[in-house]
Order: sequence, then C-alpha cells, then structure tokens
Amino acid sequence: MADPKLVAELEEKAKMIRRSIVEMIGDTRRGHLGGSLSIADMVAVLYYHTMRLSPGDPNWEDRDRFLLSKGHAALAQYAALIDLGYIPQEELYKLKDLGSMTQGHPDMRKTPGIEAGTGSLGQGLSVAVGMALGLRLAGKDSKVYVIVGDGELNEGQIWEAAMAAAHFEVDNLVAFLDNNGLQATGCCAETMRTEPLSEKWAAFGWHVINIDGHDIGQILDALDEAATVRKKPVMIVAKTVKGKGVSFAENVAGYHHAEMTTEQYKQALAELA
Amino acid sequence: MADKLELRECYGQALVEAGRENERIVLVEADLRKSTMGELFRQEFPERLFEVGIAEQNMIGMAAGLALTGWTAVANSFAVFASGRAFEQIRQSVALPRLNVKIGGSSAGLTDTGDGATHQSIADLAIMRSLPNMTVLSPADGIEMKQAVKAMLELDGPVYIRVGRIAAPTLYDEDYKFELGKIVVMRPGKDVTLAATGTMVAVALEAAELLAKEGIDARVLNVHTLKPLDEEAILAAARETAGIVTVEEHNIIGGLGSAVAEVVSAAGAGSVVRVGVEDVFGQSANSYEELLAAYGLTPENVRSKARSLLQKA
Ligand SMILES: Cc1ncc(C[n+]2csc(CCOP(=O)(O)OP(=O)(O)O)c2C)c(N)n1
Ligand SMILES: [Mg+2]
Repeated sequence: MADPKLVAELEEKAKMIRRSIVEMIGDTRRGHLGGSLSIADMVAVLYYHTMRLSPGDPNWEDRDRFLLSKGHAALAQYAALIDLGYIPQEELYKLKDLGSMTQGHPDMRKTPGIEAGTGSLGQGLSVAVGMALGLRLAGKDSKVYVIVGDGELNEGQIWEAAMAAAHFEVDNLVAFLDNNGLQATGCCAETMRTEPLSEKWAAFGWHVINIDGHDIGQILDALDEAATVRKKPVMIVAKTVKGKGVSFAENVAGYHHAEMTTEQYKQALAELA
Repeated sequence: MADKLELRECYGQALVEAGRENERIVLVEADLRKSTMGELFRQEFPERLFEVGIAEQNMIGMAAGLALTGWTAVANSFAVFASGRAFEQIRQSVALPRLNVKIGGSSAGLTDTGDGATHQSIADLAIMRSLPNMTVLSPADGIEMKQAVKAMLELDGPVYIRVGRIAAPTLYDEDYKFELGKIVVMRPGKDVTLAATGTMVAVALEAAELLAKEGIDARVLNVHTLKPLDEEAILAAARETAGIVTVEEHNIIGGLGSAVAEVVSAAGAGSVVRVGVEDVFGQSANSYEELLAAYGLTPENVRSKARSLLQKA
C-alpha cells in the first residue's frame, strides 16, 4: 500500500498539472483538453515519483524515457516539463504560438524533455518497444513508460507493437492504457469496438494490471507490481474520465479539442484551485 | 454568393447532394468525420457510411472492397493520414487495380494551423501524383469544390482530392463550369505567369494585382487538376510569357511546382520558379495567415519571385 503522505503530495502535483493544462488553453486558444486531463494523475506519478530523471540534463544517458503515444495530450507533459524546468515558464502562455516550444503535438527537436515525435496515432508504442530494446542491448537499466489512448487502439500498428513487445520479452517497458471511453468523434464503443481490453493485452502476452487511473495509490501500486515483472511487457489498463477535474468537460466528446469561454476558464480554474 | 466559403463544408454538402442522386455512393471514415464533414452524409444516409475508427489503412482497404462490390467508395481523413498512413494500401489495393475509390484529403496544406507539423500536409500532392492511375484534384474555392466533387464521382477510377480547413475567398460564380484536367485562366496576361493550385489561387490573384500596379501584366492560372496536367495551357504560358511562378500550399518538391517544371523543361519552353514550403516541416501557429507568412505563401513573396523571374528573362 502506498504511503498516504506521498499520495497526498502527488495528488497536489496532479492538480497543478491540470491547472496548467487549463491555463495553457486559457480563454483564447484551442487545445486537447479532455485527453490531457485524463492522464494528469499518471503523468504526475511518473514525473514526480517513479522516473529516474535529471531535469538539468534532459539528455542524461541513464534517464528513464516517457512517451505519449497519444501525442495530442502533450499539454499534460508540457505542464510537468515546465514545472520541472525543462521548458521555460513563459511557454505556459505560448501554446501553439509560432516558434513556441509548446507545439500542438510533441516535437523532440523543438522541446527539451520530449523523447520522440508523436501525434500521428498508433506509432508511439512501436517507438517505445524499440527504445526498450535499444536500452536493453546497451546494458542500461533505464525503463520506458508510454501512454496509449483507447481510441488509438483502433490502429493496427498498436497490435503489431503489442506482438513485438511480448515476442522480444521486453520487461523494461511499462505502458498505460488511458481508457477514457471516448475518442475524437464520440464514444469508443460506438466508433469501433475494442473490448475486451484486458483480455486482449493478456492474450498478446502482456502482464496486465487493471486500475482506476485517477487513484494515485493504485497507480503507485501498479508501478510497484510492474517493477517485479520479468520477461513480459506490462500494460496498466487505467479506467479514466476524459476531461477529469473540469466538470463541464468530463465525459463530453466535444471537449476532445476545444476552446473555453472566459466564464468556463474561470470555472475550470476555480474547480482546480 | 458569400465572399468566403468553408471548403470542407462545400465538400461535405457536395457528397450529400451526390448521394441523393446516386445511391451507390458510400463513405468510409476514420474518426474524423466531424472534421472532414462526412458527418453531413451520415446524417442523411446513416446506413451508407462506415465509421472504422482511427484506422486509415483499414479504411482504404475496406473502400477497395466496397468498390469491388459495385459501390463508389469515398474514404476521408486528414490529408496527411489519408495519403501518408495509408499510402501502400492506396497503391496496392486502389491505384494498381484502378478501383473506383475516391480519397478525400482534409485539413490539407497548412490549414490545420494549430496542430502543427504532424498534422500539416505538405507532401500529399507529391505522394498521390506519383501513383499511376491516380487523378489528383485541388480545388480553389467553395464553388469549385462542389463541382470538383461531382466530377470526381462521375469519373470511374481512383481520385485524390485536397480539401483545406479554411473559409476560402469565393472566386467563381454559380455558373462556373468545372472541367476536369483543364486549367482555368483566371486572368489573362502577357508578361509573366502565376500558376497556382487550391487555396493559393486567391494569393496569386492578389499578387497579380500588386504586379499590375507596377505595370506588370501577369497571367494567373488555376491548376485545379494536378494530374492529368493540362500541358497545353502550361506550355502556352511558358512560351507566351517570361516564365512561370508556381504557387502551392505544399512542399516545393513533388507538387505543382515539380509537375509544371517537368512539362516545361521537357519542352525546353522556359523557366519555372517555385513558391511553396521550402522543404521544411511546418509548425503550430494560432493564426493561419501568420503561418502562411512564415513560409512565404504571400502575395508579396509571389510578386518578388515574379519580378526576379522577369529580371532574368
Ligand atoms: C493517425 C491519426 N489519425 C487521426 C488522428 C486525429 N486524432 C487525434 S486525437 C484522435 C482521437 C484519439 O482518441 P484516444 O486515443 O481515445 O485519445 P483521447 O483523446 O481520448 O485520450 C484522433 C482521431 C491522429 N492524430 N492520428
Ligand atoms: Mg480515449
């Protein structure tokens, strides 16, 4: 069981990340609000507890790697990277500005702390498998963490990567499935049925852990369990709420990519205060 | 007529209108139908739209299967994913067997301004043009979009059509007649030629205005069909004016500029200068106009390229 003090600390970090996501979009920009809010708790645990990092030296060889296969949720990662000093603070208010580090999708050549190029869905998991193999081949004990979207599972490449990870027995790879039930057009179940999810990943040879993706204690426990798994990749199937923390955006497909009125913006900040 | 029309709305409406007249038209979508505007078709013909989720490769394969069973299949996604992610499926399952599949490349060029480099499509024309049997369309305004969709659906064979995510200035009247494969002379002129495609036709027209103020008489061509290319009109322009400036919301490699240069150089007919994205990836911006300016897709830049061409001639 996770230490309650640690849980409380990480809950504060998750709230900070959510606040930053909302601030980045503000009342003048459009952004991927829903899918960024749904991963905030996982991002908080990874960046503020689990991962071995050196913010002053983003390319430190022995760092753990974090990838967003669902690259559109970059706002959550930017929030952590800004707070940790990878990205200058002023970038918080430059989302998608010409020349900014906070691009619409993560760009490793523009933004310190971004590990790959993602944004076209379905590709990040393969890159993560390659990284895990590369690190293993180099004798490194660094781990690779990756977040995959539930709509993203529609892409065939995800399942090619799923096979490869199990085939190569990569046990330095931990994936989260952000199971928020929505994709761009509407709900996943109506768009393309992918259930049963846990059974599928298990059938593909992964060690599967099912959690509530907004319960910091469960995220911590799942990562502890993942650290003990040998010869298998780990998939943490995290039940989440798209838009979590901002009431008007919760479970509403329209807030996948959205703008906020000034009133909504104020309300969102108040709810995350 | 509205002075601006949303290109994707015109595209979606044209599909609906065609669907009313031809019940063999079906759509396949990949979780972007509210952006491509295939959603309009679904509202009227829900049983004739197949939503496959975020799976562009599967979308194209299924469209091929639908075509093989007698349907006119229209597959829509963002241009970058439709042409890029599903390229090999288009090549193998659609272009090679010459099937009746239409591919709608939405949010084309830099018009997906905010999403940045990953979503901006600067290679789709090059990719699609490189495939034998493929017809490639790039309409300039809402009126032309509607007619191009109609023409595309009447043609039996693979077609790629480029659709920007902007309200484009209306250049044509309702009585405009789109002719597939035929360049439209938007403005006669004898000094220099500006040959543009899609959203850049309006920019070329503005550039011609700037040049006119300087006493330069520019011919403006709307190359709405990149393939098959209207070689006759291109060569006439090359021979009758000092040279051709091509203008496209696309990489200068492989698209309109290349297509025009191929024809002109083979005939030894003159010079071609290309205005487009200069072989770099795009980036996010919060304003489309700002992004166009950053990549030189402005009337001012077209004017200066035209002037330098005239100086050389
Ligand atoms: C290959 C590809 N096709 C389409 C898109 C457009 N797109 C961006 S996000 C999205 C929905 C993603 O759903 P999901 O993976 O469930 O992410 P969520 O936002 O729900 O976390 C789509 C279709 C894309 N980015 N890449
Ligand atoms: Mg989702």
